[in-house]
Amino acid sequence: MRTTHARSTTPALAAALTGLLALAACGTTEEDSPAGSVSTDGEAQVSITDPWVKAADEGMTAAFGTITNPGEEDVVVTAADTGVSTMMELHEMATGDSGEMVMTEKEGGIVVPAGGQAELNPGGDHLMLMDLTEPLEPGQDISITLTMEDGSRFSFDAPVRSFDGAEEEYMGDMEDMDDMEMDDSGTETDAP
Amino acid sequence: MTAEHPRSDDRTAGPEQHAPARRGGVSRRDLLGASAVGLSGVTVGVVAGRASATEPGPAPAPAPEQESAVVPFHGARQAGITTVPQDHLTLVALDLSEGVDRGALVRMMRILTDDISRLTAGEPALTDTEPELALSPAHLTVTVGVGPGFFDAADLADRRPAWLRPLPAFTVDELEDRWSGGDVVLQICADDPITTAHAARILSREVRTFASVRWTQRGFRRREQAPEQAAEVGGGSVRNLMGQVDGTRNLVMPGDDALVWIGAQSQEWFGPAPAWAVDGSAMVVRRIRMELDTWDEVDRPARESTIGRRLDNGAPLTGEQEHDEPDLTAVTELGFPVIETFAHIRRARSDDGRQRFLRRPYNFDEAPEPGRTSNSGLVFITFQTDVDAQFLPIQRRLDELDLLNQWTTPIGSAVFAVLPGCTPRSYLGASLLA
Repeated sequence: MRTTHARSTTPALAAALTGLLALAACGTTEEDSPAGSVSTDGEAQVSITDPWVKAADEGMTAAFGTITNPGEEDVVVTAADTGVSTMMELHEMATGDSGEMVMTEKEGGIVVPAGGQAELNPGGDHLMLMDLTEPLEPGQDISITLTMEDGSRFSFDAPVRSFDGAEEEYMGDMEDMDDMEMDDSGTETDAP
Repeated sequence: MTAEHPRSDDRTAGPEQHAPARRGGVSRRDLLGASAVGLSGVTVGVVAGRASATEPGPAPAPAPEQESAVVPFHGARQAGITTVPQDHLTLVALDLSEGVDRGALVRMMRILTDDISRLTAGEPALTDTEPELALSPAHLTVTVGVGPGFFDAADLADRRPAWLRPLPAFTVDELEDRWSGGDVVLQICADDPITTAHAARILSREVRTFASVRWTQRGFRRREQAPEQAAEVGGGSVRNLMGQVDGTRNLVMPGDDALVWIGAQSQEWFGPAPAWAVDGSAMVVRRIRMELDTWDEVDRPARESTIGRRLDNGAPLTGEQEHDEPDLTAVTELGFPVIETFAHIRRARSDDGRQRFLRRPYNFDEAPEPGRTSNSGLVFITFQTDVDAQFLPIQRRLDELDLLNQWTTPIGSAVFAVLPGCTPRSYLGASLLA
């Protein structure tokens, strides 16, 4: 398992910390606090274990992983963004009008219960990258930032992998999304 | 494993530790917890970017039986070479796809490294669609090597070791393309064939945008001695499908390390190796068909003369026990040598102690061709530091004269450079590709 930890931080505090963090980013490592502890600013920590993104040349794709909230209050992920997609949405799988499973935007965001986890899996809740601005190639890392209901944020790197699943039909509100298929980079004809 | 020959980086071989992985009594949490030891965290960022790198918290101590079924992946040298051979082999050679360059190879090796580190720990691969199949590591090792074409794709021909090229043609060869060559090799070994099957599928699938499967060779083996004795003789002899005890005079670890692992000693003996290759090795794969249908015509005394050893326990015809030193000067009452002039063990022997290599062979037994009763042989795998200096002289002697050649035919051949090992923060091939 690979786990990324971070403190959820309010934007104001984060801005104040930016200089310090930029300094810390220059190769310094720091031991992680034990899971379940509370950070000094009183905000709950969240972490993500084994994040990954399905490779795609263009169009839509999805990101997965297990978000852990060791804190004593629920955390709600309300938005996600990344530099390689113009828009990200939080999706869930639901039963469509004709009885088949379709993915649809998750109302109210993704709840990570206090002391619990939210699993993002193919066939379940996931982060949707709606309109890729560049191909996502297997083996590269992309950075994703989650925004919580309270405005705090959490960033992590996710490796890109070839994957043949997660081909769910998207049932969006917008008409032009209907013919937007998730791209599959798993064919052998694709450029590596 | 004996007290005299501790091998900290090897799979344990003692009778207690060698019990097969127990399926019951170990929860998945234990498995995952055990495997988290030594794995790195990834970069952390808060708003402004990456803030710190972290390690996972302390993992619960693994259950003893689970620990014994895991061969550590990370280390200066790759596992699967001096690791006591597991029972099952799946050997996969890959061809790199058109257009794969150095940058793509780095991405491919990072994927392979991540997946191998998880699977060998008994943990599902990152995108594992059958995670339950990963939970019995069964001493899984995956050893990665690269063929000559890898260096062309990476535009690093100047870093290719001099010995990394197809073996010269031998008169005994009947090589087939479908068993020869390859740009990358994955030597997948475990004591459970489901484990090897799952690992082979996951790894082939994960790198499919970079490479395609060129050939797959499966094999199996059964140790002839008690595990504690096996540890003393470099993994132990096996019984091959001609009924012979095979592997008696193998290298002994750790004493013969310098003949297997590229380093200061091997370079002093055989000349300079590329800097990236230190703690790597050289791998030769020969697929050797056994002509069992004609071997059937040979009576037991003639079979023993062919090798120069007894069939029951592998002892030389001049001795009593397997590891007795053969007396090559002994003659019969009539004055003929007891061990024949062209017996396999006499021809395979060199006066130069450096012309030796580690043998790690597996039997194969496939469906017979129409009209035949057998399709068997050896996936003959050797490790050395320099193919030209250690392997070729012996192969030339055997090609020239060896009674065994009448019943064995090489039908596949490949040479690979085994990459050095890696740390949790690096990837296999970093010293070559970085």
